[in-house]
Amino acid sequence: MWNVALYFLIICAGTGGELCVSRAMKVVGEVKDFHPAALAGVISRAMRVSWMWVGLALMTTAFFSLLAVLSRENVSVVVPVTALSYGAGALGGKFFLGEQVTSRRWAGVLLVCMGVALVMIGRNP
Amino acid sequence: MKSPGGLHLKTFLLITVMVLFGPLGNVLLGKGMKRIGAVSVGTPAEALAFLSHVVTSGTIWLGIGSLIVFFVANILVLSWADYSYVQPASSIAYGMSALLAHFLLREVVTPTRWMGVLIICLGVLVVGYTPPRTTESR
Repeated sequence: MWNVALYFLIICAGTGGELCVSRAMKVVGEVKDFHPAALAGVISRAMRVSWMWVGLALMTTAFFSLLAVLSRENVSVVVPVTALSYGAGALGGKFFLGEQVTSRRWAGVLLVCMGVALVMIGRNP
Repeated sequence: MKSPGGLHLKTFLLITVMVLFGPLGNVLLGKGMKRIGAVSVGTPAEALAFLSHVVTSGTIWLGIGSLIVFFVANILVLSWADYSYVQPASSIAYGMSALLAHFLLREVVTPTRWMGVLIICLGVLVVGYTPPRTTESR
């Protein structure tokens, strides 16, 4: 039961956090200069966007959930299970970020979910 | 919606950084947490003990460093590319994680599990053939 709750947090808080960070970076705009000083400026601008802080808070929640579950399960099981976030990510991209999620992209998401199911079935050698 | 070679190149380079450092960070965290053992965070005292173990582990700090590199590359690429493109494109990392877990942590990865990783990667390829940017750039 603990593991189910932790997986839920990893997937939902992790994907929600990344969506918020993505939204913040779209506010900052495309990075074209990769010199260290310019990158520091980009990160500084990103930190002034509130979506970034919401995203970081959610990702921190997901991170500590990941640490907790990694103490109980093998990495090769835990990491692929987090691929379920693809479904959440595609939905979030479409409705939260206004991206065009085509049928081809959805087909890819379905394949990922099938792969995750296989990983779970094959967890006990 | 433009897709010049330069955009593809810098997208590819940053996703490569993500694919290398994301799994490495996960494996280092896994190794560090395995040393700590099973965690229970039901009470504040247990949560504090857990945090104490985490902040005194060099392996976990290396893992955190790797994940910071991953995170910076991630936010940079998200400044121009779709999230629903970057997320799947970077998930070749799942195969990399299984490889690292197998060879570095000596975890048993069954053929069924390898098949799952393969199908995940196939799904990633399908998604990867969609346009990387479907929204207007600022």
